[in-house]
Amino acid sequence: MDVNKKQLRIALRNCGFIDPENIDQYIVRDGYMALANVLMQNNPQAAIEVVKKSGLRGRGGGGFPTGLKWELASKNPSDQKYMICNADEGDPGAFMDRSILEGDPHSVIEAMAIGGFCIGATKGLIYIRAEYPLAIKRLEIAIAQAREYGFLGQKILGSDFDFDLELRYGAGAFVCGEETALIHSMEGMRGEPTFKPPFPAQEGYLKKPSNVNNVETFANIPVIFNKGWEWFSSIGTEKSKGTKVFALAGQINNVGLIEVPMGITLREVIFEIGGGIKGGKQFKAVQTGGPSGGCLTEAFLDTPIDYDNLIAAGSMMGSGGMIVMDETSCMPAVARFYLDFTVEESCGKCTPCRIGNKRLCEILDKIIEGKGTMDDLTILKNLSQVIKDTALCGLGQTSPNPILSTIDHFWDEYVAHVTNKKCPAGQCKSMKQYIIDAEQCIGCTACARACPVGAIKGEKKNPHSINQDLCIKCGACYEKCKFNAISII
Amino acid sequence: MENIKLTIDNKEIEVAAGTTILKAARLHNIEIPTLCYFDLKGMDITNKPGSCRICTVEIEGRKNLAPACITECMPGMIVRTNNIRVLNARRSVLELLLSDHPTDCLICPKSGNCELQALAVRFGIRELPYQGEKSSHKRDKSPAILRDMDKCVMCRRCEMMCNKFQTVGALSAVNRGFNAVVAPAFEDSLSQTACTFCGQCVAVCPVGALSEVNHTASVIRAINDPKKTVVVQTAPAVRVAIGEEFRMKPGTIATGQMSAALRRLGFDYVFDTDWSADLTIMEEGTELLGRLNKYLAGDKEVKMPLLTSCCPAWVKFFEHQFPDLKDIPSTAKSPQQMFGAIAKNYFAQKIGVKREDLIVVSVMPCLAKKYELSRDEFKTDNNPDVDFSITTRELAALIKQANIDFSSLPEEDFDSPLGESTGAGVIFGTTGGVIEAAVRTAYEIHTGKPCPSIDFTELRGLEGIRSATIDFDGLPINIGIAHGLSNARKLLEEIREGKSQFHAIEIMACPGGCINGGGQPLNHGDSRIIQARWEAIYKADKDKPIRKSHENKSVQQLYKEFLGEPCGEKAHHLLHTHYFKRKTEFEVDLDK
Amino acid sequence: MPVKIKMKQDHIDKIKEICKKFNNDGGELINVLHQTQHFIGYLPAEAQELIASELNVSVAHVYGVVSFYSFFTMTPKGEYPISVCMGTACYVRGAERVLDEFKRLLNINVGETTADGKFSLTALRCIGACGLAPVITIGEKVYGRLAPDDVKGIIEEYK
Repeated sequence: MDVNKKQLRIALRNCGFIDPENIDQYIVRDGYMALANVLMQNNPQAAIEVVKKSGLRGRGGGGFPTGLKWELASKNPSDQKYMICNADEGDPGAFMDRSILEGDPHSVIEAMAIGGFCIGATKGLIYIRAEYPLAIKRLEIAIAQAREYGFLGQKILGSDFDFDLELRYGAGAFVCGEETALIHSMEGMRGEPTFKPPFPAQEGYLKKPSNVNNVETFANIPVIFNKGWEWFSSIGTEKSKGTKVFALAGQINNVGLIEVPMGITLREVIFEIGGGIKGGKQFKAVQTGGPSGGCLTEAFLDTPIDYDNLIAAGSMMGSGGMIVMDETSCMPAVARFYLDFTVEESCGKCTPCRIGNKRLCEILDKIIEGKGTMDDLTILKNLSQVIKDTALCGLGQTSPNPILSTIDHFWDEYVAHVTNKKCPAGQCKSMKQYIIDAEQCIGCTACARACPVGAIKGEKKNPHSINQDLCIKCGACYEKCKFNAISII
Repeated sequence: MENIKLTIDNKEIEVAAGTTILKAARLHNIEIPTLCYFDLKGMDITNKPGSCRICTVEIEGRKNLAPACITECMPGMIVRTNNIRVLNARRSVLELLLSDHPTDCLICPKSGNCELQALAVRFGIRELPYQGEKSSHKRDKSPAILRDMDKCVMCRRCEMMCNKFQTVGALSAVNRGFNAVVAPAFEDSLSQTACTFCGQCVAVCPVGALSEVNHTASVIRAINDPKKTVVVQTAPAVRVAIGEEFRMKPGTIATGQMSAALRRLGFDYVFDTDWSADLTIMEEGTELLGRLNKYLAGDKEVKMPLLTSCCPAWVKFFEHQFPDLKDIPSTAKSPQQMFGAIAKNYFAQKIGVKREDLIVVSVMPCLAKKYELSRDEFKTDNNPDVDFSITTRELAALIKQANIDFSSLPEEDFDSPLGESTGAGVIFGTTGGVIEAAVRTAYEIHTGKPCPSIDFTELRGLEGIRSATIDFDGLPINIGIAHGLSNARKLLEEIREGKSQFHAIEIMACPGGCINGGGQPLNHGDSRIIQARWEAIYKADKDKPIRKSHENKSVQQLYKEFLGEPCGEKAHHLLHTHYFKRKTEFEVDLDK
Repeated sequence: MPVKIKMKQDHIDKIKEICKKFNNDGGELINVLHQTQHFIGYLPAEAQELIASELNVSVAHVYGVVSFYSFFTMTPKGEYPISVCMGTACYVRGAERVLDEFKRLLNINVGETTADGKFSLTALRCIGACGLAPVITIGEKVYGRLAPDDVKGIIEEYK
């Protein structure tokens, strides 16, 4: 099947088609034309109107209307404002921003200049992960070239508009994707979020009105001006316009970056573009939205993908990670994986996130280890709801989603773990039992010799057996047995 | 500002725009519980990180619950502070806090005074649904402050005090997530930092994470040792606050009961730091006039302005942060240390007791005094001039232990000779008091005339930085006053830049001065208590028959009998000190 | 009696130069830390003290920032820094077992360096090579589609 058939490349329009270190190749593909036009018309409000009408919403996860955000920042008068690009991509399994910055840095630079003009900012800052050296290098080259060509600097393209860019480096803190945390980090502080209001549009970087958008959002901007808001808003669903880039990964045949129009179904993405489940296994769930999102089941495969549908389904768009899981994935373990990430990345400022997520993780551990009770499930649900209700920032408020969505859709699997002490997916080590089928065992002793803890006993040429109290479930016997006598239950 | 209308718990209310839900609710007697929130009105001390989430409330139409402490009221808002959703959330958050807490209330220094404990009582918590890892940090004991961060609730009040209000920067939030805690750099001991031991972190800590290093056991042991003669001195600010520990109204002057209680505790001599405050004025006032006269005579060498040096936290502050200015502060020791020096070098001889058999205990509103007495320059042959310093809180605890019914005690006087004092000594207890005491004396000595009025009210107040010009009979003397080290820093920077217009500056580290020191009964964010103590200090001054230090008969007698002249050789030896540069320096390691 | 901190001459010079490049502005702390770590390889306490002094911020603040961000480290990295990607795609495809095998064979935990200073082990967030999951990097070199059995051979390459 053609992986490109259902795709539509807007944000990724140039990636792979141009040499990102050569500004001329960007210019040939209508590069900096949008900026030139916006500056020529010299009407920031009209330009904001174009972005508003396009229906573009923030691609970093929240989905806030970009044009409205610009308008709010434009309305706060100040001697200095800042246009900020969030390139601190940190969702596990997501790398769309990196691809754009490495493949088409000028589209972001052009968009930031347009945004700067619209809100009245003369300075732009790109907050980028230090772990992206190639993206940093290409941005540095692109910024230098843009200055050389007069797209950055003073009196851009003969207008009265000055705008220049600087890079700021992230240092490994997922929470810095939250805009107030990002701003504190750029100010040389711990990346702790603060209560909004004040919003960055009122009081942002260095207490000046600031606007933060993510890389993919910016990458859409020049095209919207070049092809018109009517064109852009004709793509997608009623409330989610344009396309979304996803990083398709997991137990699926075709992995990698895809860009699809909003409104496409999960089934189309997974089975047509993604080529279906690997090894002919059964589809079980798809996780979107990274640690803030949830796991969706078969029942949602025909739901059109957009911001609101995903939230209604208990997940979210997030920045675009999409992990497909087959029947061998254990859902409590998947939830635990994401919680582990949140615990690792929590800034520690508010109680629900600092202690609550830790406790959620510990309860999940208990369940996975076969020590959970039905009471634990009750506590898990209540605490998840309280954290969602009370955490300070978006990271904390969404951190229980992986639990809540798996509890919603895979309740039986949780119950199986706590009441039957069984992992239906066969993943949870502590619940596995290796047993020897006496009918099949010929007593070759290979398993007993392989067992690192001496849990297997038996006479030569007689059926062996495994002492379950000693067994550490390493699976060595299983791999050694040539007679299919050992099975896992 | 215009008013807005909203509904809280079905009650329609009207508040000024910009009011938070918490304040609006409190105005209408709805007591939303809080933990991290701290607002010492009028002192410019607020802590509103909105992070504990205890004050969470429901706002109709909003997806999530909102923190009442930082959410502003909006017109038409419908707020519920006590429905099931809110109460369940609050309880859960509280259970989370307790699940990462040692819950060893029986032996906790804050027990009975702990805001977390009070919440647990209010919510009737009997068991916790969570077992799990608890934070584990090394306990840190410095000369004055005990840190047991396993109890920290991350309210960040201490961090705010240390950084924003004091600009000391000894503490910061460190690590992240579950491991996040407030600590010095590298999670070292406070002793290894620029901590001034002002104790304001302890004063605002809602739980037992920060407390004073307790000296009461040592004091009891000393009293019980028949070989030792134990004298006690009590700082001015203690008498206007200790009553609070015995349910007396804030601002009660309990000097007489306090002396009586100390005597019943078994101290051999009950003396008064107010006495040595008068002595301090004799030295510091003389030093001021000496410098002033040289300065007026055109001496370019003389350093102006003179800075007071009674506050040990302030002394340590400039040693770390402004070592280049270390020649500017007065060299006069603090009243605590002057008392110690006289007690051990004069009084011991007078009563025929060997220096090492005389134990000097001070009762202070302060934690830095515990540190001050440990400084090497205040020791002779390793025997300190002041042996132990206990806080107002510790003294109250001792009195309670000894079944002494404080409020029904008769009022008793201090012993002689180190117990007689003037009103000038009392006002040392609040911001502006030291300099007013100095002015009362310096004016009369300089002009040879009596002060037109003893009350220099222009020097009084609770604003962070104040200034006044006092007319010394035709000579205008510019006085600056700062309390809070962030305010002190501003005045010091002016001096460093050569822009300071002052002849003398008084500095105290704590907000309000010693009346709100780190060792005082906790104010729990109620600045009316500080105001009441402040008024009591000036009332105590007014009630004194003598109100100028140089008229203190006992002090005059000491000069005649023992010291000679103020700032004379003997006085200099016993009553003056010197300062050290403590700023970190870097040097090349030749071995590497 | 100021606290005296001894440092190598070139470290003092370089850190001062870095701070100066950023106008000794405390707001540039993270940039200064990045460049200092790039130069020394890690951020020893003395370096943080000097940075605090140069930028006129408290050393507690500097440490508060260093200990917040996972990119900054106070332990020197090994000659061959091994990073195991623990992004979702890698996790789903068994990164944890690969990581366990490294821990077992090198006898160190995540965040530690072997006694001979040769190897250090870190677990990374997604490095954006999900197609090769599970992925590790050693220095600049990327190893993909790994199974626990491959680990021994990889370590041998560097011995």
